[in-house]
Amino acid sequence: MIFTIAAKELKGLFASPLAWVVLTVMQIIFGYSFLKRIDDFLQIQPRLVHMTNPPGVTELVVAPTFATAAVVLLFAVPLLAMRLIAEERRNQTMVFLISAPVSITDIVVGKFLGLMGFLLVVIGLVALMPLTLAGGTWLDYGLLASLTAGFVLLAACFAAVSLYMSCLTAHPVAAAIGAFSALLAMLLMGETAGDSLRARGWHVPAALVQVLSPLKNFEPLGRGLVDTYAIACSLLLTIAFIVMAIRRLDAMRLRG
Amino acid sequence: MSDQGTLTTLSARGLTRNFGAHTAVSDISLELRRGEVLGFLGPNGAGKTTTMQMLTGNLAPSRGAISICGIDLLEDPTAAKAKIGYLPEIPPLYRELNVDEYLLLATKLHRVARSARGEAIAVVKQRCGLADVGRKLIGTLSKGFQQRVGIAQAIVHEPDVVILDEPTIGLDPIQIREIRNLIRELGGKHSVILSTHILPEVEAVCDQVQILHHGNLVYSDTINALKEFHSGRTILLGLRSPPGAEALAAVPGVAQVESVSATVFRVQFAAGEDPTDQIVTRSVKNGWGLFQLNPAQSSLEDVFVHLTQREENN
Repeated sequence: MIFTIAAKELKGLFASPLAWVVLTVMQIIFGYSFLKRIDDFLQIQPRLVHMTNPPGVTELVVAPTFATAAVVLLFAVPLLAMRLIAEERRNQTMVFLISAPVSITDIVVGKFLGLMGFLLVVIGLVALMPLTLAGGTWLDYGLLASLTAGFVLLAACFAAVSLYMSCLTAHPVAAAIGAFSALLAMLLMGETAGDSLRARGWHVPAALVQVLSPLKNFEPLGRGLVDTYAIACSLLLTIAFIVMAIRRLDAMRLRG
Repeated sequence: MSDQGTLTTLSARGLTRNFGAHTAVSDISLELRRGEVLGFLGPNGAGKTTTMQMLTGNLAPSRGAISICGIDLLEDPTAAKAKIGYLPEIPPLYRELNVDEYLLLATKLHRVARSARGEAIAVVKQRCGLADVGRKLIGTLSKGFQQRVGIAQAIVHEPDVVILDEPTIGLDPIQIREIRNLIRELGGKHSVILSTHILPEVEAVCDQVQILHHGNLVYSDTINALKEFHSGRTILLGLRSPPGAEALAAVPGVAQVESVSATVFRVQFAAGEDPTDQIVTRSVKNGWGLFQLNPAQSSLEDVFVHLTQREENN
């Protein structure tokens, strides 16, 4: 049943122009930033040769491209997620799902997986770009794999937060802006709060704050470092927001 | 007990729903047997939609119990919902899907076996007159066809109870007739609950009637009882030289006279009386100049006024 709903979401996305616009715009941004990095890399390459342990093309070109992609996702995911519940409520189609013999958990998890399916297509397209270099140079496949994995986790965090915000209102645009604000607040907090807490020697609060900062958790994987605490934080954030979304939708039935 | 279980498809007891301090629906009970069509009648805001949302599990009741074919809706919602088909006031249609895709999704969500899906969709399209529009996008269909798609999704999984919230609203007279025929046909196999604020619609298709007013059940009986209740009780009387309302009211069997214009009166009969003959005789004798005499179709409003007044008097 979860997969029926996930398939429906994916189909609905590709049947609407939104998905195609998002894919096109993202691909243009990724393409530009990727080519720009290659250009920069070619210019500094003669100097890299003289270094004893020079960074490779994967570190200098691919990793920054993924960082750009993360920023683009920050805008794109709230827009995609607003369809999931807020728009269904506004179009009065949520009744179709709730009247069907399907639990709220199935609906929410199905919708999350549908959105993840779409984001995996985006991530696949981003990951394919560096692979075009494989013919001409040696790529660090380990780093590429950890970058991709980290990026999937980041996308899952964004998707779960945006899905929850989508449950809060029947106004799609309000849901998108809410999700964007929440994600931005999390990023800023992760940057500042975590560091300042750690600087004061408060390591436990700093570690707790890290759960709420998806980009901070992406960093180790982005450097090729499989940090299990960061991975656990990402999974915890994702699951927590999905559970909150389920509870929220369930409460709607009680509140009316 | 088992006999009752198969006969009674839906039973609700003491349904109450509060929104904050406001009580939208108060202590409504209903019971429906297989093959019955129940009309839910009431003006806008009487609590029809709220009741239907509760019966379909879209809204949790503040108090009361609902069971569908013996399964408690609140305890085992998934199993109970599998036996319900619901068409809300605004049909829940995905405009970006075509009719076939949408109905396929409905069969999947309602757990129709994979092998039976194609057949179920073909049958329901035939019944709802959708055979030629299967590949059209729902968003491009006319309102009447969208309404039919809405009904199709409610019955595609052959539910025991079909709940339709104002299914004929916004349709043209021909479509209304088609939809009514479809509802009658549905009544043969399934139990149907139909909400409307159009009295003739209830007369045309329902076996049982419940009238809601301000969230309370003010009337619950068979359709025949309602017909007696509201037709033939009043006539419209046109007199060129009327004698005045008092003289008309003096005719034995007349309960009340109300002047519509200077020459037209609405005459209400006392219960069980029919003084039409008396009125005509007196008109001829006294030269009142009778030019119009027809049974007034009493509007739903009249029935309501009567019912609510009766309620208050009791």
